[in-house]
Amino acid sequence: MDFLQTLKIALRALRTNKMRSFLTMLGIIIGIAAVIAMMAVGSGASYVISQQIASIGSNIILVIPGSTTSGGLRMGMGGAQTLTSDDVKAIMAECPSVLRSAGTTRATSQVVYGNMNWSTVIMGASPELFDIREWPVSSGRSIGQQDVDGAAKVCLLGETVADNLFGDGDPVGKMVRIKQIPFTVIGVLERKGQSPQGTDQDDTVFVPLRTAQVKLSRSSFPNTVGAVLVQAKSEELLDKAESEVNSLLNQRHRITNGKEPDYSTRNLSEILAVAEQSSRAMSLLLGAVASISLIVGGIGIMNIMLVSVTERTREIGIRMAIGARRNDILLQFMTEAVLLTMIGGVIGICLGGAGATVVSRFLSWPTLISIESITIAFFFSGAVGILFGLYPARKAAGLNPIDALRYE
Amino acid sequence: MGIVISLNDIHRVFIMGGQRFEALKGVSFSVAEGEFVAIMGASGSGKSTCMNILGCLDPPTAGEYLLDGLNVGGMDPDQLAAVRNRKLGFVFQGFNLLARTPAVENVELPLVYAGLHARERRAMAMEALQQVGLAGKENNHSSQLSGGQQQRVAIARALVNKPAVILADEPTGNLDSTTSDEIMGLFTDLNRRGITIIMVTHEADVAAYAGRRITFKDGEIIGDTR
Repeated sequence: MDFLQTLKIALRALRTNKMRSFLTMLGIIIGIAAVIAMMAVGSGASYVISQQIASIGSNIILVIPGSTTSGGLRMGMGGAQTLTSDDVKAIMAECPSVLRSAGTTRATSQVVYGNMNWSTVIMGASPELFDIREWPVSSGRSIGQQDVDGAAKVCLLGETVADNLFGDGDPVGKMVRIKQIPFTVIGVLERKGQSPQGTDQDDTVFVPLRTAQVKLSRSSFPNTVGAVLVQAKSEELLDKAESEVNSLLNQRHRITNGKEPDYSTRNLSEILAVAEQSSRAMSLLLGAVASISLIVGGIGIMNIMLVSVTERTREIGIRMAIGARRNDILLQFMTEAVLLTMIGGVIGICLGGAGATVVSRFLSWPTLISIESITIAFFFSGAVGILFGLYPARKAAGLNPIDALRYE
Repeated sequence: MGIVISLNDIHRVFIMGGQRFEALKGVSFSVAEGEFVAIMGASGSGKSTCMNILGCLDPPTAGEYLLDGLNVGGMDPDQLAAVRNRKLGFVFQGFNLLARTPAVENVELPLVYAGLHARERRAMAMEALQQVGLAGKENNHSSQLSGGQQQRVAIARALVNKPAVILADEPTGNLDSTTSDEIMGLFTDLNRRGITIIMVTHEADVAAYAGRRITFKDGEIIGDTR
């Protein structure tokens, strides 16, 4: 018996009981739609995280000053001013696994242009920072070594700052004031988006490091930096670079055994890898929960197929008497079950995709529907049909033709 | 003329709820090509059991059954299905057509399982419908046909694979007397064209159409008249 004929018979059987077929399918439709939507939401989240990982640059170690105790008050991590520009240079010079290092300072201030003003983060930066963070300018030029060396009063604007101060106008060459000091805008940075912590990375103004240390900071130690970004030469050398930095700084800061270091290092990629892993686990979990509904749908299929076999016992008897082999009958009912689940699967995929789109449109939650998840969902729905259709189909094929013919 | 069916000392024992019931107690007869045989008997006489064995739907407990020279004993269900498909045509009391299926597709059904191509199937089915006088009704569903017409479709289905024997189980049981006569006329006609027919009935006037009458009682043949 050819497959086309089997398919035709199965389609006729499904058409005969349209409402029942639809209701049976509904379980699969909902299950597949849930799986597709959940996977879309989950992988959307991990996509965002991996974008954020890329946005901070690769193979990065962050060095921040340790806590200080000032008059009995412990100030918390990063409060001390223990890292200097000399540390940055030493890391670069003496750690063989380090590709680049960049010291930064950070302060919050009002930036004024004409009658517009905007409160933002002012970061002191050296040219290496933009290499490490893979952050080019979209117009103008970036901060150069000569700007740092000469403590030039120039600045780079993040997109958000540029938008808020200049609107559609071109900021390059214009003059802005930070803490009453006029700065020339030399460029605007490309859009970077959210940081893994959720802050807007484009809401920043960069000034040369030396300018920030000498002109903007009122610190009595103008050589200090707020944080050091260190880039290892490769991912494999990341741990080695971290320990090199640690031993160098211990030596420079005279940290001996038993003494608490006045700085700390953090491997950023590692932190984010953990975040990515947890979001992936989350999407797997969502998928697993959704596939429970698929199993429930499959049981519904089995139930209806059993009813159908009982109802059509006589038809099975006729077919057997006329010469249908057991496999013909088995295949016929299997085809029916798989057709049910596959049609349900396709509808579910469309519905799940639509659901994911609605979620991303109205809840501004990023979703990503991969070809992979569609393929998996499609074949999974087929597998549900095979799994739950097998028992009823075997029951049909195992009928005794005489009993089946006599069945009322 | 060749022998189409040969039963040799056929026994059929049912065991139900621990009780042994012998439905056939050593039945032997043979049917030659072109015969029209009526199997008669009261209910419980073993005629239906005999028919099931003849139809390869039920294996005998003991004895030998040769169908068109083929020993049917010891075949597995799939081999029996193939034998039914190629050598036998069934006509049932309740017509047993597929609902919501056009007449021509009902007639095609044995050919579907025989693995014939669609075009070939259609041509053979149309020819069979013509033979039973239903040309032009091929697209009607069974609900759109009268009882007599439905039985004609069933006969066409039994004919279509050019079987060695047509087995008819009370073919007029659900029909009024006029339609019964028509159907029996059709059987007689087919038999005259050389088709072997074995028919189970308990009505003497229906059996009268057959050239040979075998009578069963209590699992044994008590009469075989020509």
